[in-house]
Amino acid sequence: MNSPIGIEHFSPKLNRRKRFGQFIYLLLLSCVLIGIMGLLLLLVRILFDGIDWLSWHFLTNFPSRHPEIAGMKSAIFGTIWTIGLTGIFTVPIGIGAAIYLEEYSPKNWFTQIVEINISNLAGVPSIVYGLLGLALFVQWMSIGRTVLAGALTLALLVLPIVILASREAIRAVPDSYRQASYALGATKWQTQKSVVLPIAMPSVLTGVILALSRAIGEAAPIIAISALVYLTFIPTNPLSRFTVMPIQIFNWVSRPQDEFRGLAAAGIIILLIILLGMNSFAIYFRNRYQKQSEE
Amino acid sequence: MQTDKDLKVRSALFKRGFGSNIEGKAIKWVLLACALLSVLTTIGIVVTLVVQGWNFFMEISLWDFLTGTRWSPILKPRSHGVLPLVSGTMLVSVIAILFAAPVGLGAAIYLSEYAADRVRRIVKPVLEVLAGVPTIVYGYFALTFVTPYLQKIIPNLIVFNALSAGLVMGIMIIPMVSSLSEDAMMAVPRSLRNGAYALGATRFEVALRVVVPAALSGIVASFILAISRAIGETMLVTIAAGATPRLTANPLESIQTMTAYIVQLSLGEAPFGSIEYNTIFAVGLLLFFITLFMNLIGSLIVNKWRQKYE
Repeated sequence: MNSPIGIEHFSPKLNRRKRFGQFIYLLLLSCVLIGIMGLLLLLVRILFDGIDWLSWHFLTNFPSRHPEIAGMKSAIFGTIWTIGLTGIFTVPIGIGAAIYLEEYSPKNWFTQIVEINISNLAGVPSIVYGLLGLALFVQWMSIGRTVLAGALTLALLVLPIVILASREAIRAVPDSYRQASYALGATKWQTQKSVVLPIAMPSVLTGVILALSRAIGEAAPIIAISALVYLTFIPTNPLSRFTVMPIQIFNWVSRPQDEFRGLAAAGIIILLIILLGMNSFAIYFRNRYQKQSEE
Repeated sequence: MQTDKDLKVRSALFKRGFGSNIEGKAIKWVLLACALLSVLTTIGIVVTLVVQGWNFFMEISLWDFLTGTRWSPILKPRSHGVLPLVSGTMLVSVIAILFAAPVGLGAAIYLSEYAADRVRRIVKPVLEVLAGVPTIVYGYFALTFVTPYLQKIIPNLIVFNALSAGLVMGIMIIPMVSSLSEDAMMAVPRSLRNGAYALGATRFEVALRVVVPAALSGIVASFILAISRAIGETMLVTIAAGATPRLTANPLESIQTMTAYIVQLSLGEAPFGSIEYNTIFAVGLLLFFITLFMNLIGSLIVNKWRQKYE
């Protein structure tokens, strides 16, 4: 019997297709593994290179031409100064902008421009912020190549991250809290200050910590601002000259001798430990808060 | 009938309401100022780059800058053709995306179509750690691990080369490709997949013939944003790709990217206002416009795709 559409010639070849699917599955799995292996390889390699160079005096000595006594004291203090000031500048402004955009802003073209602008700023290369800081803060405002100029630049760099994280945190506060507050006669600002912000705060702080950990790892904008890679004193005030940990590491990497490469790896270990610490703290903080709010 | 007490309460309420209204307005303006700072930042970037770049373009014509094929701003005879820097940047970015696009897309398909929830919850954050590692660390990795390894395969490879920097940059931008592509694929409605399964398609056929085409705009956007990230990346290429501006498409050669040039010159502390100093703003201006253009296209595509399914 002949079927008009020739169905007797149709063969699904299901086994072959399934076997091909299995092969593709392995291929896709290996794509994931490439990423994970890349990360592991990187961490193991750095640990292996740098572990011998880690010591107490590595943290307490200034950099030196002699690798065996060189340390990153000036860079560590420079990073603490810079990141501390960055936090002071960026946190209130970031939260303020987030409150405005979430709670106050009218829905119009202007607000839309501000929003598009913020998401585009997050994609501007960090070295361009460095050029902005160099021209605006160092040169035009005559702040000089100082901690203050570096911190202002980094504050602008991480501001979009803080704003985006704070907005999400504020958006997650249920509307019923606001309505309850208004029903008690509170003004808009009182509601924000005493109801919305305290509830949103843990998530906001998580975002702030993540933003600052991004700032700690940034080398490019600070090179444009500071231009120093070799410094043997620690900043004493916001108008001191400074260097930061990634720049000290860059200085060591760019020397050809193996000893300095070892120092660079040791510096990277310290940097990664700090970042890991900050990130785990942020995650722990968020989880603890989430558990509490579920109870 | 109103009593005295009523009036007192009313006037107190009125007063408070009046007072906090002014306070409320002031606070609104302060908050608005915070939000405006982000707009001012963008304006600040454009103004500083244009004003400083202007000094440069007073001496070098824009045409010579954009079309010149030799970049030698310090050594004489001087020449300010930016094409070698652009080609260096593009070379590294192309290598990076050639590596990251298939791997990142593969990882995204795996995570969205195959992985169990438990696996995804572990793998996603691990991949995101890759994006959080400071780029100076990738530079170290490229120079001290990948380059020596490549030298074993390609005997004549020089220490500073575009290939090594590009490959490591590829690893770095995998999470960008994979997480944005995965978001796009997760947004494809369940019903499309079920329809394909009902027609007898295997899992892989559903992924490749239904999910990927449906999510294509999001996937393309993820590639564009990842390339833009690669173009703006600085420390990795400064450390591993070299400092010799060269108009070449050969990945085995030493090159210099736009970003690496800015770092190199910044380290020299060129005096403010000199022509060398102004070159970094001209190069920065070009870099800013290239990445801005790509980011705008990327987010346009993402937004268009979002409207489609929500």
